[in-house]
Amino acid sequence: MAIRGTEIKIQGLTHRYTPRSPLTFNHIDLASPPGEALAIIGRSGCGKSTLLHILAGIHKPTEGRVLLDGTAITAPSPRWVMMFQAPHLFPWMTVSQNVGVGLSFGRWSKQKTEDRVKEAIKLVELEAWADNNVQDLSGGQQQRVALARSLVMEPELLLLDEPFSALDAFTRSSLQKDVRSIAKRKGFNIVFVTHDIDEAVIMGDRAVIMAGSPGNIVHELDIDLPDPRDRTDPSVQALRTRLMTMFQEAANYKKPESATLA
Amino acid sequence: MSSAMTPAAGGGFSRLLERFGWAVAGIGLVAGLWFLASLWIASNPTTKTFTAFGLIPTLQAFPELWAAGKIQAAAAASGYRLGMGLLIAIAIGAPIGVLMGRIKWFNNFTNSPFQFVRMISPLAWMPLAVLVFSTWNGSIIFLIAIASVWPVMFATAAGLAKVDPAWFKVARNLGAKPWHMLTKVIMPAIMFDVLSGIRLALGVAWIVLVPAEYLGVTSGLGYAIEDARETLSYNHLTALVVTIGIIGYFLDGILVALIKRASWHRGGVA
Repeated sequence: MAIRGTEIKIQGLTHRYTPRSPLTFNHIDLASPPGEALAIIGRSGCGKSTLLHILAGIHKPTEGRVLLDGTAITAPSPRWVMMFQAPHLFPWMTVSQNVGVGLSFGRWSKQKTEDRVKEAIKLVELEAWADNNVQDLSGGQQQRVALARSLVMEPELLLLDEPFSALDAFTRSSLQKDVRSIAKRKGFNIVFVTHDIDEAVIMGDRAVIMAGSPGNIVHELDIDLPDPRDRTDPSVQALRTRLMTMFQEAANYKKPESATLA
Repeated sequence: MSSAMTPAAGGGFSRLLERFGWAVAGIGLVAGLWFLASLWIASNPTTKTFTAFGLIPTLQAFPELWAAGKIQAAAAASGYRLGMGLLIAIAIGAPIGVLMGRIKWFNNFTNSPFQFVRMISPLAWMPLAVLVFSTWNGSIIFLIAIASVWPVMFATAAGLAKVDPAWFKVARNLGAKPWHMLTKVIMPAIMFDVLSGIRLALGVAWIVLVPAEYLGVTSGLGYAIEDARETLSYNHLTALVVTIGIIGYFLDGILVALIKRASWHRGGVA
């Protein structure tokens, strides 16, 4: 089930929560080619999470649009699936039932559902837990279930909102590698939001840095590293340092043409 | 589900046996006290006429009543009223409870009138019910329904208030329609609370049923008790009272079992 990635085009995206509230971000343009893993880095409050929610169709932009292979994103869809900070599993269900829940919302045959669920559980290496209640699982395992629940939909685009920030360092690092390798194997796009430079370097093909208020994309860096990526590798370290420098510059960033605000 | 239960199943049979043992001992104690009291009643000249209230005569009344088909007929008539009343209470209480838990203004809007009406004793409605409904059955079912609708309604609303809003976000994100929100998220999430409410409702309904049947009707357990009193068959009276207890106990047991099955909470809720 190789999935072709999708071409994402963000065009003139502007957002404010209410007509009276200040702009969250103003006129963002960004494109991502099929199969790319794109990291959006920024401090909290720069609008990166809002941007991701618009990509998921959960929030609506005030102006501008997001196109996925030419189709405008206006509502959630199994084609673009978001993975949240916490797993939010259904505690009355087993691992398998949780993984298959998205399929149960559509018209899938029992056999097809079973096959897909099995494959997704295998991808996240939870075969031994398939029939357990999810409350038996550790936090990291639960987030794996949430990942499988997203993967089972075979999305063209997987959106991740700081999905591993609540996990311990070891679990986080292994999940980061897994997500990247699964995405590369399957060929779908990833857009993920993080404030963790390491996460961007380990998982991303490219990183954009958002800063300012209203938020804007102030820097961009290709993460051109071979896989698998190792934190201790000097080339990874070098990129990490570059990205960190950019991030610090961005922290001092003030939008030059502040006229747009007034 | 079953594999999630396995850790608790260790030594399950012996634990069951132990609980059964305690239950038998408890009931035995009550029976023993009753027996001692009946000895005292029989030995006391002023109370001697009430000897039939004792344990032994009561136990003797069961086969008589059963053979005459009185217990079965009374239980069937009462069971029908109880069942219909509860069904109506659930059909009205659960959906309104869902609205109360889901829509804030609706909850604010309805809370005061509901809390007010709830505090009116179900039996206070009786004269009104008799006037409104053309049959006694109708008014008794109404009384049971109005007594049991509140626990169902409020338990459902409370259950819904505990539902994690993130579950809706996740479900919507995976393509759930509003219908799925109800069947796949809300219903399994609150089934435990709804059943707990029904359990409370059953208790109230069972209490209301008997006095309601003291009036007008010529069938049911309440009527049978009145009938036994009027014919001075005291042992029949106590046997019917015990029957009410037994049926109530088993109905409650069924609901406890259902509640356990619907419970997904971890950490000793039952």
